[in-house]
Amino acid sequence: MEPKRRGTAAALKGTLISDLKSLVRGIGLQGANPLRRRLGDSIFTALVFLAAFTVIILMAMMVYELVRQSLPSIEQFGLGFLISRNWDPINNIYGGLPYIYGTVVSSLLALLMSVPLSLGIAIFLSQFAPRWLRSPLGILVDLLAAIPSVVYGLWGIFVLAPFLDKTVEPFLIKYLGGIPIFAGPAFGVGLFAASVVLAIMITPTISAISREAMLNVSRDQKEAAQALGATPWETVRMSVLPLARPGIVGAIILGLGRALGETMAVTMLIGNVRQLNTSIFAPAYSIASVIATEFAEVTEGPHMAALIEMALILLFITLLLNLLARLLVQKTGSRAARIKGRS
Amino acid sequence: MSEGLRIQREEEYEAVEQTPRLAPPLTKPEVPPHESAVEGTDVEISRDSELIGHSAGRRRSRNFRSKLALTLCALSTVIVMVPLALILFYIVYQGAGALNLSFFTSLPKPVGESGGGMGNAIVGSLILIGIAAVIGVPFGVLAGTQLAEYRNPRLSWVVRLMSDILSGVPSIIVGIFVYTLLVLTFKQFSAIAGGVALGILMLPTIARTTEDMLRMVPDTLREASLALGIPRWRTITSIMIKTAGGGIVTGIMLATARVAGETAPLLFTALGSRTWPTGLDKPIASLPVQIYTYAIAPFDAWHKQAWAGSLVLVLIVLLLSIGSKIFFGRKMKRAN
Repeated sequence: MEPKRRGTAAALKGTLISDLKSLVRGIGLQGANPLRRRLGDSIFTALVFLAAFTVIILMAMMVYELVRQSLPSIEQFGLGFLISRNWDPINNIYGGLPYIYGTVVSSLLALLMSVPLSLGIAIFLSQFAPRWLRSPLGILVDLLAAIPSVVYGLWGIFVLAPFLDKTVEPFLIKYLGGIPIFAGPAFGVGLFAASVVLAIMITPTISAISREAMLNVSRDQKEAAQALGATPWETVRMSVLPLARPGIVGAIILGLGRALGETMAVTMLIGNVRQLNTSIFAPAYSIASVIATEFAEVTEGPHMAALIEMALILLFITLLLNLLARLLVQKTGSRAARIKGRS
Repeated sequence: MSEGLRIQREEEYEAVEQTPRLAPPLTKPEVPPHESAVEGTDVEISRDSELIGHSAGRRRSRNFRSKLALTLCALSTVIVMVPLALILFYIVYQGAGALNLSFFTSLPKPVGESGGGMGNAIVGSLILIGIAAVIGVPFGVLAGTQLAEYRNPRLSWVVRLMSDILSGVPSIIVGIFVYTLLVLTFKQFSAIAGGVALGILMLPTIARTTEDMLRMVPDTLREASLALGIPRWRTITSIMIKTAGGGIVTGIMLATARVAGETAPLLFTALGSRTWPTGLDKPIASLPVQIYTYAIAPFDAWHKQAWAGSLVLVLIVLLLSIGSKIFFGRKMKRAN
């Protein structure tokens, strides 16, 4: 790229105005004048690289801005911020434990509900379903991803939460109430309702990416198992799932990343109560929901720094998860290709 | 053709199943040992496999297990359809009842007064999406062009990684970033800030689809154009991007659909407003934020409006995403 850039500078010095004129007239096509052509190319190359660098600069600026704005909070509370449950805007003492707890628990519960379903869908749509059914069913599952999260929240408040409150939660409390996490009373709106909606929201992500990974498994592998007399399910278990495993794990991690950062549906359903409770039915709070509810009310000072530090923690967790997931998803693709090449 | 082959194979499989046979013990296909050797379940299978062809009972149980697994997989697909159907049903059922012409044309009414609409929020959303597109589309398409057309592996690797990561950043964090960048600097919530936040969210999707679409254009086209002496930038703009245009437009529509429903990044950038938009440097109402405000307020009339707003929002989003898929499907068919 280097020689080209030097070319830009030289060309710009000499023939800028006349060349701009020709550019407007679109004479570049005739290409009679090599200098002219080089100018067009240089300007376009510069634009293209500028856009590419914008992506990098945006990410760097995002991390820099969040670190800069949360510095007062980081300096004052240090690592204690992560384990303190004090959140006292009047005395300006902040600790993020209840939010981190709510975020992590709701996301893990959502994974627990979503992963078996998503893998079932992925296996069905990639291996078992009749050809003509695959694409319509896939589109329907993808529709779940298209519904805006605020609409999930609205539906959750007025349909799901009352339903959970009246039927599912009393049932679980009656039969499993002895275990602390299922202890009563039922609230409707709370950690559990938020997890259920999150599970619905991340299912299309997990199922679509793991389906892709399963489709990448080479046909020879499946046929080898079939030739040895494996039943369809044994074929899936012995050749599809092991080979697609990195992609499936990557899909689950991406789903986790989405669940951790999901804001509106969780804010509307988790109850927004700052407490640590062993029962999953109790209301709680999450990192994203505390930012959504409190950020608009503060304009400066330690309170804002503390909220931005919460955002920074969330950003770092999702960055790490995304990196890991991308590497794993890439690995499936390349490994499937390698095995294909070998056979 | 491949389908026919498959079906034939499956029939063969069934036929083989029915005749007694002396198959060698089932050995596992080529799977790295560490991948599955740890699982107890596989041991069970290899115990089964020694009995292949010896015991009809074993075979029946293996077939039964296979059918059971198939049923469970199909069942999970059905289970996921339930919330989808319920959500769509409630949006249409609750929303259609509250929807009328004045919903599109009038301003929100204060609490206690009946009627009113979200006209300002619909206009506001369109303005915000417009600003987002002005920012996201050129940067996204150009960045995608760099990834596909300029062979610079190290830079491309970083850009690709960064745009993948950017697409995984929670949208509320983009909201905070734009807040610190624009709102704090100009001391003003504004439509511009909201549009920039949405534009940043559009950028990675557009960049990656543009890259994928450009890569699908046959190399011969590019080479033919360059051989005719057409400069590289004209080759890219008039030949490559034009050929891949359908796919790129699909990507743009999908990205638009994604940001049209975004609420979190607008909460502290565009803020919200109860009047018609007055300027791009002023706070502006948007459909998703209005739905959120109304949904968590304790008034029944507002809840109805929130449902109506959701119906409109979901229709916009679904039309964009389904429309883009149909559009793309037709392009592909014509290309074949």
